[in-house]
Amino acid sequence: MLFFPDFANMTLMSFSTSTYALIEKDIRSEVRTRYALNALVMFVVTAVATILFALRSDNPSVELLSGMYWVVIFFTAMSGLSRIFVSEEERGTVLVLQLIASPSVVYFGKLLFNSVLTLLLTAAVTILYLLVFPGFVIKSYDILFVTVLLGSLGFAASATIIAAIIAKAGARGTLYPVLSFPILIPLLMTVMNATTRALGGEPFVNAIGEFQVLVGYLLVMVGGSYLLFDYVWKD
Amino acid sequence: MYGRTEMKLVKLGAAALITIVIVAGIAIPTSPEPTSWFQFPVIPGLEEKARNIFFHVPTAWTTVVAFLVSLYYGARYLRTRQADDDIRSVSAASLGFMFCFLATITGSIWAKFNWGSFWNWDPRETSIFILLLIYGAYFALRSSLEVEEMRAKLSAVYSIVAGLTVPFFIFVMPRIMSGLHPGAKGDASGSTPVAQLHMPPNMLTVFLLSLFGFTLLFVWMLNVRVRLARIEYQQSTHHA
Repeated sequence: MLFFPDFANMTLMSFSTSTYALIEKDIRSEVRTRYALNALVMFVVTAVATILFALRSDNPSVELLSGMYWVVIFFTAMSGLSRIFVSEEERGTVLVLQLIASPSVVYFGKLLFNSVLTLLLTAAVTILYLLVFPGFVIKSYDILFVTVLLGSLGFAASATIIAAIIAKAGARGTLYPVLSFPILIPLLMTVMNATTRALGGEPFVNAIGEFQVLVGYLLVMVGGSYLLFDYVWKD
Repeated sequence: MYGRTEMKLVKLGAAALITIVIVAGIAIPTSPEPTSWFQFPVIPGLEEKARNIFFHVPTAWTTVVAFLVSLYYGARYLRTRQADDDIRSVSAASLGFMFCFLATITGSIWAKFNWGSFWNWDPRETSIFILLLIYGAYFALRSSLEVEEMRAKLSAVYSIVAGLTVPFFIFVMPRIMSGLHPGAKGDASGSTPVAQLHMPPNMLTVFLLSLFGFTLLFVWMLNVRVRLARIEYQQSTHHA
């Protein structure tokens, strides 16, 4: 009962309907205000432009490119993904949400919304990198696809629980990357490795080890966050 | 936490053990062919620098112990909601931060003389750096939360989330990255999560005494800190 507070009296059906309703609400409010999306897109453009200025006409290596690819994704995500809980606090809608939805619905709804946002963000960064860096040529599409998919999901998993924590704290903007970075390092190191493999044109089997780490990370983070979310969410 | 007599014993034990370790670790001479227990063998490549193992490894060990103790009391706070568990958790964390800093410094100096530079981003160096970051983030989070219950609750959750990533650093990263510490990928004696101890018996004895002594030192320091933090907590609630 301590660990599974509300699955007992909820069918899978009502769980998925309420989760869907929560995501729909978040998407609708996002479409109306375009708060996160606009900021994220502009952030990506600014970050990539800064890198271009810094490099000038240098031809960066594959390792450097795959590293900077995730650096841009990391800082962009850190600028926008906390919005999901911070906006509820700012608009004072936390209590309503606590009344009408169970914590696990809130957690999985927010996690899925953040996952979609991270995937969109990663796609945008990938397209931009393909356009502006001649050295960024994807030679193993399968590796990059799996890396981006698992990496974005793992990213969203950590970002969501940290967002829930910092929504209650002061100085949120600075605190968010500070708290997330140590948690995300195993993920970042692994996806950087795997991206280097994808750009280097290695066969799919070479990256299996990295994918195992990514799957493990995703499962541990989602499982752990789900169990802990109750304590963060309820006052 | 414990009775006064027990703590007195812990204090004396820590003082005695660490004194023995300092004296023995520094004073026992090395010799290429040790003939008695009173001589350490010369380890090729390490020579006199091998003595740092009696001080560097125990600080790193105490860091991990402190992190686990902090995690344990944090998790216990989530169940009991007793302010005392939070006091123990944060006291252990602040001591862990100090030992983490000491392990980084002693390790970095050792690395300079053995491997040629203060920092090499070897997997264990990366792990201790991340542990420093986690402690830094933990205290940054605590100072940005004003309500006591909220501070205790959220910092406990954060240390558990951070604890979830620790297995990745201990078991996964040393395997996929090559490193300089024993037990890393490419080590001739085999890559293991915890470095195997290939030490002559007299070094091993001093080393284990040191581990034990540092653990006792941690227990005693934790006890002092917790008692101090309790008094501070009582005073702050009295005046408020």
